[in-house]
Amino acid sequence: MNFDFSDDQKFLKSEARKFLEANCSTAKVRAVLNDDAKTYDEALWKGVAGQGWLGCAIPEEFGGLGLGHVELCAIAEELGRVVAPIPFASTVYLLAEAVLLAGTEAQKAEILPKIAAGEIIGALATSEGPGATTAANLKATVNGGKLTGTKIPVTDGDIADVAVVLANEGGKPALFLVDLNAGGVTREALKTLDPTRDAAKLVFKDAPAQRLGDAGDGLALLERILDRAAVLLAFEQCGGADRALEMAKEYALERYAFGRVIASYQAIKHKLADMYVKNELARSNAYYGAWALNTNAPELPIAAAAARIAGTEAFWFASKENIQTHGGIGFTWEMDCHLYYRRARQLELVAGAPRVWKERLVSQLERRNAA
Amino acid sequence: MDFKDSPEEAAYRTQVQAWLAANAPKAGGDGDPEGAGDLAAAKAWQAKKAAAGYAQITWPKEWGGQGGTPIQQVIFNQEEAKYPTPGNPFQIGLGMCVPTVATFADAETKQRFVGPALRGEEIWCQLFSEPSGGSDVAAARTRAVQADDGSGDWIINGQKVWTTGAQFSDFGIVICRTDPNVPKHKGMTMFWLDMHDPGVEVRPIHQMSGGSGFNEVFFTNVRVKDSQRLGAVGDGWKVSLVTLMNERLAVGGASGAGWEDFLAAARSIPTADGATALQDKAIREKLADWYVQFEGLKHTRNRTMTALSRGQTPGPESSIGKIVSANAMHDLASTAIDLLGEYGIILEPELLAQQGVFHSSFMFAPGLRIAGGTDEILRNIIAERVLGLPGDVRLDKDVAFKDMPTGR
Repeated sequence: MNFDFSDDQKFLKSEARKFLEANCSTAKVRAVLNDDAKTYDEALWKGVAGQGWLGCAIPEEFGGLGLGHVELCAIAEELGRVVAPIPFASTVYLLAEAVLLAGTEAQKAEILPKIAAGEIIGALATSEGPGATTAANLKATVNGGKLTGTKIPVTDGDIADVAVVLANEGGKPALFLVDLNAGGVTREALKTLDPTRDAAKLVFKDAPAQRLGDAGDGLALLERILDRAAVLLAFEQCGGADRALEMAKEYALERYAFGRVIASYQAIKHKLADMYVKNELARSNAYYGAWALNTNAPELPIAAAAARIAGTEAFWFASKENIQTHGGIGFTWEMDCHLYYRRARQLELVAGAPRVWKERLVSQLERRNAA
Repeated sequence: MDFKDSPEEAAYRTQVQAWLAANAPKAGGDGDPEGAGDLAAAKAWQAKKAAAGYAQITWPKEWGGQGGTPIQQVIFNQEEAKYPTPGNPFQIGLGMCVPTVATFADAETKQRFVGPALRGEEIWCQLFSEPSGGSDVAAARTRAVQADDGSGDWIINGQKVWTTGAQFSDFGIVICRTDPNVPKHKGMTMFWLDMHDPGVEVRPIHQMSGGSGFNEVFFTNVRVKDSQRLGAVGDGWKVSLVTLMNERLAVGGASGAGWEDFLAAARSIPTADGATALQDKAIREKLADWYVQFEGLKHTRNRTMTALSRGQTPGPESSIGKIVSANAMHDLASTAIDLLGEYGIILEPELLAQQGVFHSSFMFAPGLRIAGGTDEILRNIIAERVLGLPGDVRLDKDVAFKDMPTGR
């Protein structure tokens, strides 16, 4: 039984933590939060590229480090822990994974080396309005290699160079690679719940679009991409949830009320114990997801859904109860609690809401455990 | 990251599989989770395992073990679970009582008890909980007073409760109050005793679930020799900590209703709108949550096994097991019964799907949330031992036991 990070992976993880402690303090996160004109931390992005993390799971032939996805999971956890204000998920979990999964050799050779080198930022553009995007309500359309339509919101849409866009072609959904710096794209920045991550409205008017994967396969391919992203996002959620629990614990151990530290009251102790229980459940489910992702196991859709559901629940609970443990001061802009509360919801919605994943999980279980 | 055995583990597993194939029972096994079931069959199987060194794999060879590793014990348990073996009424004795006796008794006593316990010839029980102290074991009131006849013997009077297996046990270890004039942790002493001695009376507890897996044990002027004392007079609390440290590794799965039972049942239960319960969106969301909890625990056990496999001490994550499993099972069973509508009030296993597993789990779950550490105590343990938060304020810490506030 070998259901944990290896020693090498633990070393990588601790090096990543040291790097981020030095380069991604909450002061750096706040610099993005407090400045509407600042969409991400460019210095950190360059530093992360320099560490090779962007190409961690990209094969060496395409300029990456060619490490496995478990290593990428280790990095994801550390990025989640410090609520890193960079477009890592959009670029690595979504664009790179989409191209690795469905790209032609030419598309891989065109895009992956640029991702690994930190030269381009990616985005996934599926949403067109409130609620789920389905074959029935999808409006964006590709005709003769030209995309027309509106996507809102697109996480990192304001800064991305290449987007994976869901659009109809010949009446059926497919995925397309769109160069956002070529003509036919208008961007409009959006204010969001988590200003430490950029988002925009993208309007396409006859923008050149190159199909990714097979025609008519868009929704199925999107699910496969999201399965992969879900595992990586779950590690970010584990990292964030663990840090939120630590913050609550640190504060509870120094704050006095009624003559004793509040950490000595069972109301607080049991709250923190509940956070710990959810965080460990999330971690165990995430580990299973990492195994399935790294081995391309047939169990991946189920493992990814479980990892995502548990990770979302843990980060939501830890981030809100961390504020509660802090009391009044936790509700102030100056305390870091809200950075985690905001990021928890950003991560929860960026690749499909919990309700969607629960339905996907149960559908898979129904099929697997057919009567 | 994988689920594979190391080469040494694989070799051990092969060896265990071969032995089990040749020796394990192929039929029978009553699966009674609360009692011993067929005691004779259990004893016969235990004797077979002991003869081959599989009864307590981690024990040293001179005690009849293999001097093996915890992961080898886990591997054996996994393989043994594939056979319909009888219940195991020896675990409390071998896991907790006998190691305590072996640590604190003289060589002769050790020699006398270890072998028969290992071979299943004698069964032990642990007499700690009392009506006045379930979570608070140090509140024990059962008195042991030294006889005034110069013999050095001790006379025990009092009552224990929730004693698993007392009805078929031959021996027990009992924690007694020997000095009520000092604070509670300091005035206790541990003894071993013969459950067949005069003055020991075992009465089954009638549980709210209808079963009787536990007992009350009454002591009326039970006389034990001073040589039956384990540890120094007044050191009973320290001795009990050694007993509890030996609790077996929590790497086994939980029994009772699980998400697969629910999925199977929900497929065929009709709802008011003519669909099935499994098509109900609210039910599907709950099912997803239970899946994540039960499978999360399974993977948590795999993490624990990984630590053992690497020769490390398992991390604190295994402490979440019972809180999650007991509450998830309770919620799942409750929901499953609700789906049945008025039919849900019926408690006839033959009229119910899955032989009424939801009904039995529904009635047993309240006990599961209490046994072996209540939800509340387990949260305290996580908060204090895992997260390092302060212990509770103890009003009784420096008070003589006799002056402690006690209620009734």
